[in-house]
Amino acid sequence: MPSMRLAVVVAVLVAAVLGVTLWVPWLKTPVLIALADGLAVTGVIVLIRAGQVSFGHAMYACLAGYGVAFIGRALHLDALLLIALGTAAAALAGAVIGMFMVRYRGIFFGMLNLAFSMVLFSVLGKFGAVTGGTDGLRFDRPSFAGVHLEREGFEIALLALALGLAVIAGWAVQYYFRTVDGQALAAIKTNETRLEYLGISAKRVFWRAYTLSAGLCGLGGSIFALTQGLVTPEMGYWVRSGEVVFIAVLGGSAHAIGAFIGAFVFSFVKLYAAALLTAWQLVLGLVLIVMVFVAPTGIFGLIEKRLRAKPAAGHGGTP
Amino acid sequence: MDASLILLALMDGVSYAALLFLVALGLTLIFGVMRILNIAHGSLYAWGGYFAATLGLAITSLALPPALGLPALFVAAIIIGGLLGTVLEFFLLRRILDKDPILQLLVTFAAFMVLEDLQRLIWGVQPIFVSDVVGQLGTLEVAGVTYTRYQLLVLPSVAVIAFLGLRWFLRKTALGRQVTAVTHHREIATAMGVNTNRVMWLTMALGGALGALGGALASPTTSFTPGIGAEMMVLSFAVVATAGLGQIGGAALAALMIGLARSFSIYLMPELEVLMPYLIMVAVLLVRPEGLFSTVATRRI
Amino acid sequence: MTAKAPAGLLSTRGLSLKFGGVVAAESIDFDLMPGERLAVVGQNGAGKTTFINICTGFLKPDSGQVFFDGTEVTGRNPRQITRLGVGRSFQLPQLFTEHTVRDCLMIAASAVRSHGGFWLPLENAVDRDEIESTLELLQLRSRSHDLAGALPEGQRKLLDVAMALVLHPKLMIMDEPTSGVSSDEKHGLMTVLMKALDERGITSIFVEHDIDIVRRYATRLAAWVAGRIAADGAPEEVLRDPAVIKNVIGG
Repeated sequence: MPSMRLAVVVAVLVAAVLGVTLWVPWLKTPVLIALADGLAVTGVIVLIRAGQVSFGHAMYACLAGYGVAFIGRALHLDALLLIALGTAAAALAGAVIGMFMVRYRGIFFGMLNLAFSMVLFSVLGKFGAVTGGTDGLRFDRPSFAGVHLEREGFEIALLALALGLAVIAGWAVQYYFRTVDGQALAAIKTNETRLEYLGISAKRVFWRAYTLSAGLCGLGGSIFALTQGLVTPEMGYWVRSGEVVFIAVLGGSAHAIGAFIGAFVFSFVKLYAAALLTAWQLVLGLVLIVMVFVAPTGIFGLIEKRLRAKPAAGHGGTP
Repeated sequence: MDASLILLALMDGVSYAALLFLVALGLTLIFGVMRILNIAHGSLYAWGGYFAATLGLAITSLALPPALGLPALFVAAIIIGGLLGTVLEFFLLRRILDKDPILQLLVTFAAFMVLEDLQRLIWGVQPIFVSDVVGQLGTLEVAGVTYTRYQLLVLPSVAVIAFLGLRWFLRKTALGRQVTAVTHHREIATAMGVNTNRVMWLTMALGGALGALGGALASPTTSFTPGIGAEMMVLSFAVVATAGLGQIGGAALAALMIGLARSFSIYLMPELEVLMPYLIMVAVLLVRPEGLFSTVATRRI
Repeated sequence: MTAKAPAGLLSTRGLSLKFGGVVAAESIDFDLMPGERLAVVGQNGAGKTTFINICTGFLKPDSGQVFFDGTEVTGRNPRQITRLGVGRSFQLPQLFTEHTVRDCLMIAASAVRSHGGFWLPLENAVDRDEIESTLELLQLRSRSHDLAGALPEGQRKLLDVAMALVLHPKLMIMDEPTSGVSSDEKHGLMTVLMKALDERGITSIFVEHDIDIVRRYATRLAAWVAGRIAADGAPEEVLRDPAVIKNVIGG
């Protein structure tokens, strides 16, 4: 997609989201959650680039969230600082766990991530004295950039920030995919042996990608925590990790924007299905099954196909 | 920790392992034949349990002889597991055999989501607990420790019979050997004339029934609530991954290991109870990612 | 303490490897000097690829040593040995099938990049002129933007060679580089390829089945039979060796 056109589309979408949310105030929470989810999903998309799927990445969102909660309760720091610290904590955890993790591929990679996430989930649920147990931890609304805001104002500020972070993260991931590392990452999917025979360490490339993906999930988790004012072990449950992968495939894992397309569709179908039928899992489950058969490249894939099918007016020569 | 507590933990562990094994057996069997990890398997456990409880309530309300209670559990499992397994195989699994593994997992995950909601729509969110069968069979005293006959005798026996029965089936019967052939190499088996469609259907029905049986047999001892399917899914997966995907005998040992680790931790350090299966899984996967009993070595970089 | 390393570019001492009951390599002593163009012949299963796999670190020998450019490299992995200056192309081309031809080359070139870190766009981290000229050299220019996985067999092989070439290796090991290329094009390509290797001072080993190619381009010929080097020397002499005629060419 030509980057000028994409930039315009993104700008329009951001303006639309901001506008609609200001006009219909109760949409703030679902939009914030969609943005938080979208950020986590960009993390998963990074891994899918290498042909790998983690079934435990919600643990990084969860870790960041609990980091925000703990630090928020103990030190009452500003929201911006909390987000930074939560994200950093998740990235650090990813870097450490990644040191073992990047030796595995395929289903073993998926399983090991799942196992780690369930260990975290169990610990958070059981060591209640420290972690608040299955009820989770509440924390007070922090200041935002030094200013103490009421709920309404805080949410608007957080939303604007989340939108900005979403755009930056999406752009950063796409840029990353074009770098030396990002291209080597994509090569892991098709021929790791060849990478080794070029003198490139697939493990090191994958480790950097894994750390990045953990950080992105952490960013999403921090925003989620600040939106809810509450963190629970459910944030790191395996079903949650599955939903993140679900959204990646729904939206389209070929481009970072797919993460946000998927997250918004997921959020809003969930909202309406829950309201009308109280059976949002049923609806979304069926949607995903249909998508896998009809449009496995996701919504973004469909859009891309549409755009390519149109004759390109005024374009000189094929690349 | 005194002797009677140890004995209690032991019996607890064994009866729990029996249930775990039944569910894990279904999951690993399906993986072996279809090379797909069926995330909807946990739902089969839940549906088996819910349906068994419903049958149990029906027996009471229709004033049918209480002796039907125990057989009803098996009937419930076979009906529900066989039915759901068949539906899943025919409408979904058969059609995703050659798709990207990520997509395969997501399809079974989606099926899990659908079944979870359907279960909630059918049985609601209130816990269901129909424990008549346990009461009927009474208790037993072993070395000074009282235990229910159901958990001490019935559960382990069913697990052992299922294990031996399946082994006999796979090794000694023609159909079973076809299943084994498909496990080793689907294309070659097809080329040799095996009706792989029938084998896959049978595997899903059987695997589904085993999963549902785990649930049905668990229902007199646990109350069933939404979310129990998800819990059992990841637990049974821990057993299967620890043993090695497709390993049947290994699954029995892994179930025993995890069941006993869990039950002993209840008495020693209760917070660890939920943690144990996953700590074991992490430890095993880090050292031997292909599983403890797998014969295939993974190519680690 | 190991003895002083042999003087050649690539040397092996007593290299042995068995797979089950099959002797894949039997006590091979071998020296390759800089500038040589060594052709390797032998029937399938004679141990040619096994030898290459051991020398490049893909397999570990049961016993024996491998030396590259004065350093012992026995037991090191392919990545390490590649970084010492070995480029390899394979019998079954090892490509990044979902990348374009040009991208494959750029990724390869990025491994030995002179400008900058891994966070630079790939485009900017490599010498684009060199990429273009390498594509030109191996007649892949017209296919630059096609996916590597969509190429016909012959061009896949050439891309495989190109990817090793841009590593600026000291030694190029090519496993049947022109099989899959039509016979009228083979010679043209080999001439161009060998000239390029000579110009850059790259020593080469190539496994070949085409005896004509061996005659025209090799400065030395080694014939493998059942895990051992049965004959080694000037191509015409080796080709007259009765053991070679019996086990490799004839029959």
